[in-house]
Amino acid sequence: MTYRMTFRGTDIPAEPGQSVGAALVAAGIVDWRTTRKEGRPRGLFCGIGVCFDCLITVDGTRAERACLIPAADGMRLGDALETGDALGTGDALGASDDGRDRATHHAEEDGDAAHP
Amino acid sequence: MPHTHDVTVVGAGPAGVAAAVEAAEAGLDVALIDAAAQPGGQYWRHFDEDRARPEDRRGHHGWPVFTGLRDRLYVLRDAGRVHYLPGHQVWLATRDDAGTFTLRVTPTVRDPEPAGPGHGGTGHDGQDPVVARALILCPGGYDRQLPFPGWDLPGAMAAGGVQALLKGHRALAGRRAVVGGTGPFLLPVASGLAHAGAQVAAVVEANATLGWLRDPVGAVSAPGKGVEAAQYAATLARHRIPYRTRTVIRAILGDGRVEAVRTVKVDREGRPAGPEREIAADLVALGWGFTPSLELPLMLGAATRQDVDGSLVVEVDDLQRSSVDGVYVAGEATGVGGAALSVSEGRLSALALAAALGRPRMDPGTNADADRNTEAAGNTDADGTTDGNTSADKSAASGAAADPAGIRRVQARIRRGRRFAAAMHRTYPVPAAWPRSLPDATVVCRCEEVTYGDLRHAHAELGATDARTLKMLARPGMGWCQGRICGYATAGIAAWLDGRRPTADDLLPLSGRTPAVPVRLGELAALAETVTADPAGP
Repeated sequence: MTYRMTFRGTDIPAEPGQSVGAALVAAGIVDWRTTRKEGRPRGLFCGIGVCFDCLITVDGTRAERACLIPAADGMRLGDALETGDALGTGDALGASDDGRDRATHHAEEDGDAAHP
Repeated sequence: MPHTHDVTVVGAGPAGVAAAVEAAEAGLDVALIDAAAQPGGQYWRHFDEDRARPEDRRGHHGWPVFTGLRDRLYVLRDAGRVHYLPGHQVWLATRDDAGTFTLRVTPTVRDPEPAGPGHGGTGHDGQDPVVARALILCPGGYDRQLPFPGWDLPGAMAAGGVQALLKGHRALAGRRAVVGGTGPFLLPVASGLAHAGAQVAAVVEANATLGWLRDPVGAVSAPGKGVEAAQYAATLARHRIPYRTRTVIRAILGDGRVEAVRTVKVDREGRPAGPEREIAADLVALGWGFTPSLELPLMLGAATRQDVDGSLVVEVDDLQRSSVDGVYVAGEATGVGGAALSVSEGRLSALALAAALGRPRMDPGTNADADRNTEAAGNTDADGTTDGNTSADKSAASGAAADPAGIRRVQARIRRGRRFAAAMHRTYPVPAAWPRSLPDATVVCRCEEVTYGDLRHAHAELGATDARTLKMLARPGMGWCQGRICGYATAGIAAWLDGRRPTADDLLPLSGRTPAVPVRLGELAALAETVTADPAGP
């Protein structure tokens, strides 16, 4: 069987055993978040869990490494702030640290993750 | 109080699997913790074992060595002799006054799929600390990176990541690729991409190449490597892939994703020495050798040194012992040298530890199989007997050595492997002048978006003349990855700006991380509660 996931309203097929990141790039999607300061697009870089570039929200859980998390049928990738709609509104993102980078640098405030 | 193992092995790549299997077969009570869901590490990364296909082994070298080790591991796991904990990362390692090690672990992904066959599942609660009297750390490594304009565009990836997608996920990250950087690893990546159906527009190698084939030391140390290189050369020729030496990718071009690369001929030091060329591509695979993961050895206080390739590595003696009593280190963390060397180091660390603990071998039968397997890979060794008395261990805790002759044979193989690795490192150095023509706007730290200009400013205006000060003032290496990606480059830039070559002192401040991986606040809180409730521990 082929798993079906969704990302920004797009159907993403995945071969069981693939990671979320592998399924996304196989579908031609190479970026799924932007950086906090400059809004640069980011997707897979190291591909093996080291660089944290590929962070993505999976079924509402923020800051997962797309390169490591296994694809699953019905998975929803990205949250409201990571959708194309939110990208279009501007205010929610851009200069504000309250934007979708909460899913990355500010995840510790949400109890998601911490560095010293 | 959790169960105390004789040894915890961290990492289930070539070194770690070999160490765990060897230690358990020597009669030790072993725990094996690995971040991945299945063994193999980066080198033997493969698709989900429950959904394997015969072609999954394509492009793998020494695959029978791996399957031999894996079979032994699963037998030992099922017999309860290796406590195998896949899918978990160690985030804190501590050693108490009595010399007992406590490792705090966290799941690699938070909500893993239910464990199936081959996915471990020994009934161990991943949240419990893992306690042992000794450690064998086999953390492996990852691609070393140098920043340049456009290297953070989507479609630009670490060469190892491109390979991981192919080998681990049957996924091709683009249609038209350029592979660039330096080192022999560029060849299997290009070859793998071509086999998978990508057009490889060029392999861009900074150094003049294949010199090590003519290097008598290198060629004699690892004759099989010449065959491997010839196979890759044939693949490149068959797919008409241009192999451009003394050439670097100067910039990656594109609007929001990779569209092309701009290459330039360089001299030995990496200075531009010829015309630029633009090559269309949607995927760029980058690697400048490898750098080891040193979080756990550094957390425990292990002494380090700078290896021939310029990377920071753990200093070990001829029994794989680090400067910390009871901490053995094997594989890339002791110096990048490839899978065969890693397997030997893993085995030696286990044999040395078993000898130190005075454990004789228990499984001559299983072990004979093991030796047949390693022989098939071109390694000859035949330990398997026991010897109760000769001490091969210098530590105070040393007991009787198991088969000192066997230990000597593995040591000899490791010395040969090290000589070969050193010859390779000398053939594929990072060009000394690599930061020379970096534009100020080049992103160096991808996480905190620190540019080369920021670093130059911190050096020139704020007096940051070393990597530690540079990190404090300009914040490279302070984001999510904690300097894993930009650490080597930042150390190099610090030294470059100061007009000298990078040293271990430049690399060290960008190599240590506590915790070793990001963890949830809940896990830190739980640790605080444990410490409060039990003043003697952990």
